[in-house]
Amino acid sequence: MNVINDPFTWLAGLLINWLSTFMPPQGVNITMAVLRAAFLGIFALVMFMVMTWIERKGVARIQNRIGPNLAGPWGLLQPLADGVKALTKEDITPDHADRIVYNLAPILSAVAAMIVFAAIPFGPGLIGADLNIGIFYILAVSGLGVLAILLAGWSSNNKYALLGGFRVVAQLVSYEVPHVLSIVAPVMLAGSLSLVTIVEKQPVWFILVLPASAVIVMLSGMAEVGRSPFDLLDAESEIIAGHHIEYSGMKFALFFLAEYVHAFGVSCIVTALFLGGWRGPNIAGVTVPWLWFFVKAILLFNIMVWARGTLPRLRIDQLMAFNWKFLVPLSLANLIVVPLADRLAQGSGLSYGSWPWALVMLAFNLAMIWVAFAWVGAAGRRARRAVEAPVESHDESGQGGEHALAHDAQVGHAPAAAGAH
Amino acid sequence: MLEDFAFVGIFIVVAIALAGGPLLLAWLLRPAKPNPIKSSTYECGVETYGDAWVQFKVQYYIYALVFVLFDIESVFLFPWAVIYNQLPLFAVLEMVLFILILTGALVYAWRKGDLEWV
Repeated sequence: MNVINDPFTWLAGLLINWLSTFMPPQGVNITMAVLRAAFLGIFALVMFMVMTWIERKGVARIQNRIGPNLAGPWGLLQPLADGVKALTKEDITPDHADRIVYNLAPILSAVAAMIVFAAIPFGPGLIGADLNIGIFYILAVSGLGVLAILLAGWSSNNKYALLGGFRVVAQLVSYEVPHVLSIVAPVMLAGSLSLVTIVEKQPVWFILVLPASAVIVMLSGMAEVGRSPFDLLDAESEIIAGHHIEYSGMKFALFFLAEYVHAFGVSCIVTALFLGGWRGPNIAGVTVPWLWFFVKAILLFNIMVWARGTLPRLRIDQLMAFNWKFLVPLSLANLIVVPLADRLAQGSGLSYGSWPWALVMLAFNLAMIWVAFAWVGAAGRRARRAVEAPVESHDESGQGGEHALAHDAQVGHAPAAAGAH
Repeated sequence: MLEDFAFVGIFIVVAIALAGGPLLLAWLLRPAKPNPIKSSTYECGVETYGDAWVQFKVQYYIYALVFVLFDIESVFLFPWAVIYNQLPLFAVLEMVLFILILTGALVYAWRKGDLEWV
């Protein structure tokens, strides 16, 4: 059973036994750490390939196409073909670029995305390093990706790249705020920053206990990866791919590696924080925790693909308004409601992790979300009335069509202008 | 604990190798035929006018300031969150008050119009 439930630990055990026949214990530890690191890194690269394949197939299906289907069965070898292509492409460094920063940026970007995986628990004991500050480490490290993209945008000495770099600063830095504030909620209930402990403290998945946090973390995570509909940093139709406009060949591929590895990293973080991590049903002693983790993480990645295939890109003022006027206030309210609801529920005798407790938390969360939506709706209606009133008086004088169009365009602006005045 | 961070160090080295390795391989495999037109700045087909390293809109700087405010708040919030289960009700209410004060800061920035994209 152990072989099925945790083949990786089983393999590692065999390896340790074999190594210790000719090595001192210290040497075995170091060798195993290096092997584990290499395995995790290569795993990240393989997941990059799998994710690109899933995304291309998924978006193709949404757009009524077939997607990659020539390289290998179902196009499964397409990522390899792309890799070979990227390897053999000429590498161009523009004359006016800052050469050192320009060449370091893609490496920093890829490294920042990959080292997140050091602290993600794929199963009980199946983790690179169970850091006691796990989630804090992940937040800190994924912030490096922002820096890499800014470096790339600045060093290219290209106006579009620079615009992309600045958008990164505005967008990614802003979405960091609700991301961090909402992660506080599961940390609070679990009483630990270690992702392993957070998973162990989820007899009821936190997505039921803290639905608002879960949705905010997922949305701001998508925004931090810079994926559609939040892909303003490399908006192809506005600033022709932003920060990677000047990059070609393998360096360009490294930026994509960073994006997809980071996207999978965000799926893994949300899985561990809110979807119970490796927890799954126990069928006759077979629990296969690692498989459950992957199923959940890949389902979350599919939601990202779905959003990308369905939603149009946000305008930058809408993007900032959505963050600062909706997500940030909601995550602050969440931080006030969650401890109070938890104290109320536990104070009235419902024990942590029981279903009645979870239902009380869920009810408070849903009430909060309902109030938030009612408030946004009221603000939107107010703004719409303010815009509509003068337009309607014009309509009476008989100039219908043109004004109706202008009116529609103004209503589109309304939510962004809603709260300020 | 120290061993865990040692592993993170090893992993960073491995990640740099995994990112740099393909670049090295590409350096061996790829053609290199630069010419002045190819390595000029790629913008829109018309010859590039001026430098990109210029003074730029101040808007981003205000967002960065508001961000710093909330990032420092989160530094205070995480230690509180970790021991939340052992805290008396008083300490919980105190942190709620702290969050409300910071909400005041957000409302102030909002009222002043600093959250508008101009």
